Amino acid sequence: MNIRNITDKFFHYFFLVSGVSAIGILFAIFVMLAMNGLQTFTDVSISQFFLSTRWNPSAFGEPSYGILSLVVSSIMVTLGAMVIAVPLGIGTAAYLSEIAPPFLRETLKPVVEILAGIPSVVVGFFGIVFLGPLIADVFNLTSGLNALNGSILLAIMALPTIVSVSEDAIRSVPKDFKEASYALGVNRWLTLVKITLPAASSGIVAAVMLGIGRAIGETMTVLMATGNALQMPGSFFDSVRTMTANIAIELGEVPFGTTHYFGLFAVGLVLFFMSLAVNLTAEHFTKKYRRYRT
Amino acid sequence: MITSPKVETKNLNLYYTENQVLHDVNITIAEKKVTALIGPSGCGKSTLLRCFNRLNELIVGTRIEGEILLDGKNIYQNGMDVVDIRRRVGLIFQKPNPFPKSIYDNIAFGLKIGGMKNKSRISEIAEKSLIDTGLWEEVKDRLHTSALDLSGGQQQRLCIARALAIEPEVILMDEPTSALDPAATFKIEELVTQLKNSYTIIIVTHNMQQAGRVSDFTGFLYLGKLIEFGNTNILFTRPKEKLTENYISGRFG
Repeated sequence: MNIRNITDKFFHYFFLVSGVSAIGILFAIFVMLAMNGLQTFTDVSISQFFLSTRWNPSAFGEPSYGILSLVVSSIMVTLGAMVIAVPLGIGTAAYLSEIAPPFLRETLKPVVEILAGIPSVVVGFFGIVFLGPLIADVFNLTSGLNALNGSILLAIMALPTIVSVSEDAIRSVPKDFKEASYALGVNRWLTLVKITLPAASSGIVAAVMLGIGRAIGETMTVLMATGNALQMPGSFFDSVRTMTANIAIELGEVPFGTTHYFGLFAVGLVLFFMSLAVNLTAEHFTKKYRRYRT
Repeated sequence: MITSPKVETKNLNLYYTENQVLHDVNITIAEKKVTALIGPSGCGKSTLLRCFNRLNELIVGTRIEGEILLDGKNIYQNGMDVVDIRRRVGLIFQKPNPFPKSIYDNIAFGLKIGGMKNKSRISEIAEKSLIDTGLWEEVKDRLHTSALDLSGGQQQRLCIARALAIEPEVILMDEPTSALDPAATFKIEELVTQLKNSYTIIIVTHNMQQAGRVSDFTGFLYLGKLIEFGNTNILFTRPKEKLTENYISGRFG
């Protein structure tokens, strides 16, 4: 066997091993999550776990493991973030791809993408020292660490993803459609709203889904900015504790192998399936939009 | 020779950044006739065509001098409404480009944007323009399915129907059959011959047989200049210019 064959074989196995191990590690993490998480249900009934709003594992005598308020908090903060980030993100994307002069687009798009690189702890810090007091001031509250604060911060964090992916989607709409619309005497605004954006819709949905995925899994920012009260939130001015924040807060102190310990894994497992669903939806729409690009 | 001009250009010059694409073009387009623009690739025939509905100005760096008169009024004059011009002067593109919407919505779109709200009126017009383009029988049972599922030739006829629906006066066609097979091409050519009873048509083509078959007048462009213009029969049989003769006899292309 000559040298060339040996190098060829070596690299073949090298890439095979790295590929397989990456998938293997992810799979192992999932298995660990599932094995630990599922043990919760030896002590806690499935209906209590999903339907009770009381999460109080360290209560004396009768601990409770209901995750409903955590799930609702996570969803609420994420949806709040999307209400802010989706219109803003699509607007920015439409501006960058359709209206901005080329030099401005070439400068602004990288700037927006750099925003994605701001560490979440810095965003959380900003929430505590600036946004919190501001919210407390504006709405006359005692504390500004609440769901609204978390939503605004998550919106800022999801924005780069939404802008960047929707901008690509809008820009890849064939110019044939736009020209056809202009040739029918349709102005720029209506062409954008009636032709370009609908044609880019699957890409835009994918962008929003990726944004949701980013927001729902975010931990440090919400941990710092939302106040973390264990309660069923009544409004955006209430302090909330999301699933991610709950795991981060409690996992460091929980005794190994207790129901509480397994319960936190179960929360992680639920979170995993939620973000899996979001990502699969995103993937579904991204595929549609790739096919459409041809 | 041309008694009723619909469109006229006067000393039309077009620049794209530093390059001059059209040189001093003077052409007269007769009403309710088919005028063909022929010439080798890059001669400026498509550019000239897109001047007639001001679609060129979408390209950054384009500058135009001279006049284009539509019914005697300069469409490049300040204060002319470009939306209104484009509704009067429709354009059919080289590659069929229906919107990614249903067949019906493709036609209804221009009407709705134009402010038409009466649904039954829209359906009537949609049906009429599909009948006029010979598509009705082929698509009447699937008006609400995607236009992108139609064949290339059907898509192109849908694009023509879409343009007809808003009742333009002039229809511009930019090599409308270059992406189609012979059978579909034949249908489009037949359609062009029918449409000239009601519309003024300007067609760009690099297929000289096509120009010969469908047009009443032909203009030959070369390097941005209108070399020769005249009655199609005469231009193809007794061209005045050596360049025209060389081109139509296939000595360059």
